Amino acid sequence: MGNISNLPIPFLVLSFITILCALYVVTSKNPVHSVLALILTFFSISAHYVLLNAQFLAIVNLMVYAGAIMVLFLFVLMLLNLSKDSEPVKSNLWGVAAAISAGLLLVIITASFQKTGIAIMQGNAPEIGLVKNLGRVLMTEYLVPFELSGILFIAAMVGAVLLGKRDGATVQEIMNLNNDTNNA
Amino acid sequence: MLNIFQSLEISHYIYLSCVLFCIGLFGVLFRRNAIILLMCIELMLNAVNLLFAAFSEYMGDKDANGQMFVFFIMVVAAAEAAVGLAILVMVYRNTRKTDVSFLDSLKD
Repeated sequence: MGNISNLPIPFLVLSFITILCALYVVTSKNPVHSVLALILTFFSISAHYVLLNAQFLAIVNLMVYAGAIMVLFLFVLMLLNLSKDSEPVKSNLWGVAAAISAGLLLVIITASFQKTGIAIMQGNAPEIGLVKNLGRVLMTEYLVPFELSGILFIAAMVGAVLLGKRDGATVQEIMNLNNDTNNA
Repeated sequence: MLNIFQSLEISHYIYLSCVLFCIGLFGVLFRRNAIILLMCIELMLNAVNLLFAAFSEYMGDKDANGQMFVFFIMVVAAAEAAVGLAILVMVYRNTRKTDVSFLDSLKD
């Protein structure tokens, strides 16, 4: 692991922000703060993608993760009214056990990578990550996985709608039920 | 853009991704709120995505295979988040809780 002071400043700053926000996601008591910190993490990972010549991935990461998935999380938090801290405090034993498990995995993985040796990034051509090139590859080499992911999306959409629907209730009944709970 | 990699090694990205992945793992083990659990899974998937993009850049073989894999992981993650949150809403409707430690009815 080379000298850390030789690293480019953008990489250091971005890595610092990423890890800090990820830690805040895990440790924050308020779920809304966790979601916002996760959005910041995704922004910094997108900046990493830009550094890695993956421009299209950076934009897609912002739109899909920070834009769509995190808004979905926020909406569920709002619907379930979980913004206040409703989580019971876990005993410290759980925290210690979880920290030891995650730390051991980190040690094992980094130790197994120690022997890989120093390898400078060769660098791809800058146009490799643009939408023109990626779209061509997606529509030729990866056409079958692309179509299969469409089927996966339809299955996920049908599953989500089926799971989220009340059993056998019409819209009118749901409205009445909501009015009852509001009045009560 | 290339000169930024004069001193940047693949191992730095490996270590960064490992740290991110282990933070996500710690969250999955430690937290009980199901929404936070799903968010930690997203964090772990993103660590893997970052490593895929870094290795694509490291190989420098002028093709986009690594970046295509990131794309498909994003597709699976989006589907997983949608279905997971739907299950979560259903669980909340039945038990009025999102605490995963109460979902132990299979134990009895």
